[in-house]
Amino acid sequence: MRRSGMWTRAGAILAAASALALAAGCSSSSSGTPSAGSSGGGGATSGLTAPEANAPVPSSVGKTEGKLNLIAWEGYAQPEWVKPYEAATGCQVSVKYAGSSSEMVSLMANGGGGQYDLVSASGDADLRLIYGGDVRPINIGLIPSWKNFHPFLQSPPFNTIGGKHFGVSYEFGPNVLLYSKTTFPTAPSSWSVLYDKKYAGQITVPDNPIQIADAALYLSKTKPSLGITDPYELTQSQFNAAVSLMKAEHPLVKKYWDLASQEISLFQSKTTVVGAAWPYQTNTLDAAGDKVADTIPSQGATGWADTWMLATKAPHPNCAYKWMQWVTTPKVQAQEADYFGETPANQLACPLMNKIQKGSCDAYHANAPESYFKTISFWKTPLAQCGNGKSDCIPFQQWVTAWTGITG
Amino acid sequence: MALTSIRPGRAADGQAEGTARVSAALWRRAWLRATLTLSPPLAWFLVIYLASLVLMLITAFWTVNPFTNTLEHTWTLANFRQLLTATYLSIIGRTVGMAAIVTVTDAILALPFAYYMARIASRRGRQLLFTAVLLPLWASYIARVYAWIVILQKGGTLSWALTKLGAGSVNIGYTNTAMWIVFSYIWLPFMIVPVYGALERIPDSFLEASGDLGARAWRTVRSVVLPLVLPGMVAGSIFTFSLTLGDFITPLLVGGANSNFIGNVIYSNLGTAGNLPFAAALAIVPIVIMVFYLLGARSLGAFESV
Amino acid sequence: MEGRLARIGLRIWVGGVLAFLFVPIAIICFYAFNSSNVQSWPIRGLSTKWFSVAWHDPQVRAALGLSLKAAVLATVIALLLGTAAAFGVHRFRFFGREAVSLLLVLPLSLPGIITGIALNSAFNFAGVSLSLLTIVIGHATFCIVVVYNNVLARLRRVSGSLYEASADLGAHGFFAFRTITVPTLSTALVSGALLAFALSFDEVIVTTFTAGAQNTLPLWVFGAIRLGQQLPEVNVVVVGVLALTVIPVIIAARLTGAGGITRASAGAVRTPRD
Repeated sequence: MRRSGMWTRAGAILAAASALALAAGCSSSSSGTPSAGSSGGGGATSGLTAPEANAPVPSSVGKTEGKLNLIAWEGYAQPEWVKPYEAATGCQVSVKYAGSSSEMVSLMANGGGGQYDLVSASGDADLRLIYGGDVRPINIGLIPSWKNFHPFLQSPPFNTIGGKHFGVSYEFGPNVLLYSKTTFPTAPSSWSVLYDKKYAGQITVPDNPIQIADAALYLSKTKPSLGITDPYELTQSQFNAAVSLMKAEHPLVKKYWDLASQEISLFQSKTTVVGAAWPYQTNTLDAAGDKVADTIPSQGATGWADTWMLATKAPHPNCAYKWMQWVTTPKVQAQEADYFGETPANQLACPLMNKIQKGSCDAYHANAPESYFKTISFWKTPLAQCGNGKSDCIPFQQWVTAWTGITG
Repeated sequence: MALTSIRPGRAADGQAEGTARVSAALWRRAWLRATLTLSPPLAWFLVIYLASLVLMLITAFWTVNPFTNTLEHTWTLANFRQLLTATYLSIIGRTVGMAAIVTVTDAILALPFAYYMARIASRRGRQLLFTAVLLPLWASYIARVYAWIVILQKGGTLSWALTKLGAGSVNIGYTNTAMWIVFSYIWLPFMIVPVYGALERIPDSFLEASGDLGARAWRTVRSVVLPLVLPGMVAGSIFTFSLTLGDFITPLLVGGANSNFIGNVIYSNLGTAGNLPFAAALAIVPIVIMVFYLLGARSLGAFESV
Repeated sequence: MEGRLARIGLRIWVGGVLAFLFVPIAIICFYAFNSSNVQSWPIRGLSTKWFSVAWHDPQVRAALGLSLKAAVLATVIALLLGTAAAFGVHRFRFFGREAVSLLLVLPLSLPGIITGIALNSAFNFAGVSLSLLTIVIGHATFCIVVVYNNVLARLRRVSGSLYEASADLGAHGFFAFRTITVPTLSTALVSGALLAFALSFDEVIVTTFTAGAQNTLPLWVFGAIRLGQQLPEVNVVVVGVLALTVIPVIIAARLTGAGGITRASAGAVRTPRD
């Protein structure tokens, strides 16, 4: 009797709570669904409209609000340039670090939730944020450094839609091959070292589904018969090939790193000798005295091009504008480029980079960027709509599912 | 509390007349007392906890727009179908297996320790040991797991110590063995505490009587101590089991290439993929497991009979 | 009962477990003096500079302050609601009592990530923005359970005849509550509050999902390890927290006779007499 009493009572409570939630759930509408039109012909996102495209932009920067909340990649808010900013504007900076573009998109849901002001989104997050209505246009005229940007970064398609700037370009860089100079006296010339049984148990790659594109890029050069032209627009057979390659790599991988500090730890303990990395890891390990170096092998590299985007519901827009103005100045651009190992958008940063570290301007291609830019396959969101008008490419959600299968 | 004069129905000395009236009214109406005491906590649990759980479980039947990460309220069983594939079944199996091994390990580690603490240590010693068990809980969980990376990595502390002892080096960093060690370490205090509680409660007379009846130490342990300690172990195992089922930080930090556990797959589906419906569907698995575990624990007496 | 050999064996075992528990703590303390921000073994150099860095770091102060605030608020709520729940379940026999006691155990028995996701989606749904309030709600939910277990276990051990005697002597309910119940419960409340505080202070999994742009101390640590640039600072902060909490923990152990805290697990243990 007691047992049945418990179950009926529990059932009643559960039913009541479910009814409540169901009733509420059915009557509400999901927030921020984009008005998606038909995507016939042309680019993958044609027909979609950006919900915030006509949001008003300020004509001047007003009084600062005393605080700034950022979502950023690790290494994008270092004290060297945060402290002077805080001193000059009085805006206290707090940063939430994200490990992937999708994480940034999640955090920025609902226009930043009224919490976050700026996000340093990479190309694959930009469009999702724009079409999700989570970021709004800025007045590019308020960013004086913009006129000194490299032309191809002033209004790139990943952050400028219909002439409206949904943020300001920041820096860009490649995903490099990091290797131990002890194991590889000369730099490896091919990404094949990551798939080589010789280094079993000593390889590390990022724990991010977008890594499949790296495999696709490798296959595009080593197996041309597959016909891969864009590593982010893969048909089923091309996708399967990339996934098989990664599954074959799985037994050789020691760890799929989630945090930059993990890869740093792996290399300094000599657990791994080769891996896919950001130049940030190379710089940190180098500064700590470890004998490592990085390179871009012959097949090319994937990479990121970052934009600081303003949240639709940013609570501190004036501090946000001040930040965007600050981090696009040549000095900060040079500091960031040198620290993280990437290439600045501001052309005037080059000589300052050499002042921080001789030869860094060349090393990071800050003086010949456009040609370099074209060699990198920048992250973009894999969509079902391929660029060539077909709609049978594999969308990102399947990449995620496949990735769990790969990492086992 | 001084003895007061006996005047039934009226307030005793030192008590205000008004509160006495309210108190008497409440005493007569047990249902009112019950409602007043129970409504605030129950309201919290139903409105905040249970309702959010149910809401999350409902999203498991929905999908998410992959481009914009917004929820789409279309009812589907796709998430559950995906769960039943080999990839996720092996992840679930691996997690449950690890939880079981960690529970057993912690039970074995805790029992002699708690026995010593409860029955042999002096009062001072007991307090000292208790402090020692609780103190690590105040050192940040993440920092402790991170310290294990240094210990277990190639050429790390463990390897160095073993080499110095002449036992050769080990390289168990970023493996499931490493995860087993770290999990057992982190949850150990949660197992020691209830086991200690159970052992502390065994009257000396039981053990003496067992000795009087001719049982040697091991027999006493087997027939008297273990059955009485079992409820405490089961109570502790609830912690070790459920914490292992849902943890994502340890697999993230210490795990290797074969260390996808329920916790970090849920976490990555939320973060990396922004896929709440699938994360919710996967989350149902530990809920179901734990509900069964709790019911089993109750029948084994981990909770006092209501 | 135990022979000498057994005692020696047990002592060795206790020593081993203590070493197991404290080696990582020792590593943390050691690496607080790491001159490099890379945690390699053997350590590359020693330095005390990180102590000064941690002391002057506004992020650490803000995180520490937020953690303390959240823990205090969560503990207060837990004391009120947990005690009320314990009384309710202990004193009154109502239909569904078993279900309620099962429900009250859930937050600690279900993995934290589930509580976190559930609360996060509920907050998003209700349009509540993530802030200190949502952090406290998340923490209070499992802190209530801790206090509830403690108080319930104590109530079960207190003889009911005390109340009958006091009623015979003319004391009404509130008076009896004030003069009998509260003193008997005091150590249970203290140990429950202490454990609730500890769980809230070091909580990271639920907090990841219920915090907005702010950082509690564990969240700050989580962010700091991503970067890896401030690892020694993290160790310094942990050492600092440990140093501050050693005294309260010792006091608590002494106060509750080491026994009171045993009731703080998820479910009281059945006594041999039941």
